[in-house]
Amino acid sequence: MVYLDNAGTTALRAEALNAMMEFMSENYANPSSIYRGAGYAKAAVDAAREKVAAAISAARPNEIFFTGSGSEAVNWAIKGIALEHGGRGRHIITTAVEHHASLYAAKSLEKQGFDITFLPCDEFGMVHAEQVADAIRPDTILVSVMMANNEVGTIMPIAEIGALLAELNAQRGNEKRIYFFTDAIQAVGHIPVDVTALGVDLLAISGHKVYGPKGVGALYAKRGVKMTPLIHGGGQERGRRGGTENVAGIVGMGAAIELAMAEMDALSENHRKMRDALIAEILTKIPHSRLNGHPTRRLPGNVNITFEFIEGEGILLLLDSKGFSASSGSACTSGSLDPSHVLLAMGLPHEMAHGSLRLSFGKDTQKSELDKLLEVLPEIVSRLRAMSPLYSG
Amino acid sequence: MYSEKVMDYFMNPRNLGEIENAAGMGKVGNVKCGDIMQIFLDIDENQVIVDAKFKTFGCGAAVATSSIATEMIIGKTIHEAMQITNKSVTEALEGLPPLKIHCSLLAEEAIRAALWDYSQKTGTIIEGLEPPKDEDHDHHHHDHDDDD
Repeated sequence: MVYLDNAGTTALRAEALNAMMEFMSENYANPSSIYRGAGYAKAAVDAAREKVAAAISAARPNEIFFTGSGSEAVNWAIKGIALEHGGRGRHIITTAVEHHASLYAAKSLEKQGFDITFLPCDEFGMVHAEQVADAIRPDTILVSVMMANNEVGTIMPIAEIGALLAELNAQRGNEKRIYFFTDAIQAVGHIPVDVTALGVDLLAISGHKVYGPKGVGALYAKRGVKMTPLIHGGGQERGRRGGTENVAGIVGMGAAIELAMAEMDALSENHRKMRDALIAEILTKIPHSRLNGHPTRRLPGNVNITFEFIEGEGILLLLDSKGFSASSGSACTSGSLDPSHVLLAMGLPHEMAHGSLRLSFGKDTQKSELDKLLEVLPEIVSRLRAMSPLYSG
Repeated sequence: MYSEKVMDYFMNPRNLGEIENAAGMGKVGNVKCGDIMQIFLDIDENQVIVDAKFKTFGCGAAVATSSIATEMIIGKTIHEAMQITNKSVTEALEGLPPLKIHCSLLAEEAIRAALWDYSQKTGTIIEGLEPPKDEDHDHHHHDHDDDD
C-alpha cells in the first residue's frame, strides 16, 4: 500500500513507540505522586516538554502545555483567550480557511456574543497581513491565523502578521493587547517554526502529524499569556490543564518531534523536489486539471489538484483499489454534505471543489511510489470522466 | 464504509452510457450537492423499458444507485417502474451509509424524470407520476433517514 495521506495522520514511528512502551507497562506511575516511580514518569514528561520547546525555539520548556489533541490545543487557545480577556473586548480576527477546530471554536464564540471577523483568502488560499491590519478594532483581543493550510498546503505570512501586531501592541499597551495565535499543526516538523521569529503568543502542535501517537498535542503559551483553562482538575500542567498526564503519549510525542526536527531539512528538500515534479507531471498528463493552493509558498509534502468534471470520492475509491491512500475535499469524504470550505473560499465553483485530490507525503514516501501513482491516475480520471454527465470530451 | 455490493456496482458499473434519441431522459441533482444523475430509457410499443443507461457525477454511492436502478427497471413496464423507490434501490444494494441515502432518492427521481420526459413526448399518462422538481432543488436539506 502507498500511503499518501500524511496530512491526515502519520504512522507512529518505531523509535517513538519504543520510548512509549515502558510507560504503558511497568512504569505506570502518576507523575504527580511522591514515590520514586512518579519522579521517573515526571522526568520523562519534562524531557518531552524540553524536546517540544526546542522544536519551536520556545524560550522556556514551561511554556509548553500538553493537551489531549491538536484540536484541544486550538480550542484552548481561542476559547481560553476569549474567556480570559472577553471582558475588555469581544472582537476576534481569524480566517475563512482555518481547520474546523479553529473555525468552529470561533463560531461557538460567535454564538456567545463575540464578534468574529473571518478574513477571506486570495485564489491561492493566502490571507495577507494588510487584511489583518485593516480588520483590527479597538476591541480586538485575538488574531488567529493558521501557519499552513491542512488542505491546500498554503503557508501564511505569520511572521509579517506577528511584526504588525507587535508594532500595534506597543502603541495599544497591555490593557488593549491583541494576542496572536497560530495553528501550526501542519507546519511543525515540516517547515521551520520559531515562536520568537513569528511573533506569536500561542501556537498549537499535534503529535500524530509528526510520527508520534494520536491523543496528544501541545499548546505553546508565551510566558505571561493568560488563558482560562478548558479542563479544570488537578494541578497538572502548572495548574492550567487538569487530567493525569498521558505519560506514554507525551513521551512518544517528544521522541517523534525530536527526530522530525533532526530530519526536517533533508526531508523537506526531498519532498519539495518530489512535489514539484509530481504537480508538473499531473498537470501535463491529465487535461482539465489544476493545482489548488500556492505554487511555491506551500508545504513541501502537499499536492492538491482538482480534476474537472469528476467527484473526489470516486477518485479515492479507485485509487484505494490500486493500493493508494489519499484524501479529497469532496463533500462525500468530509463527513458533511458540503465540499471543502477552503476550496470554496479560494473561489472554486462547487463542482471543482468536489473534484479535488490531496496527496500528502511522509518521511517514507518514495519517488518510485509517485511514479506508480502517475501510471494509474490518468486512467482513473478518464474512467470517471466517461461516467460523468458533465464531461463531453 | 460501503457494502460489497455498492463497491461492486461502483467498480463495475452496469448500463453505463447514453442512449441516442432515448424515449425518455431524466437528469436530476445539482453540482452544489455534488451529485448529478442522468438516466436514459429505451421504451418499446408495449410500454416496456427495453434498455436503460446512466451517467453520474458523484460519489461511489451515487454511481452504484444509478447503475442498479437501471438494472431494476429494464424489462419492466413504465407503470411497474413507478414502483422503484429509494428504499428498494437501497435494499438492492444491501444498505447505504446514512449520509448517502440521498443518493438513492436521486436515483428514484432520475427514473421518474426520465418517465416524465417519455410521458410528455408521447402523451402517455403514467399514474402517480409528477413533473420533476426544479434541478436546483437541494436534496440535502431533506430528511431521508427513513431507510436506516
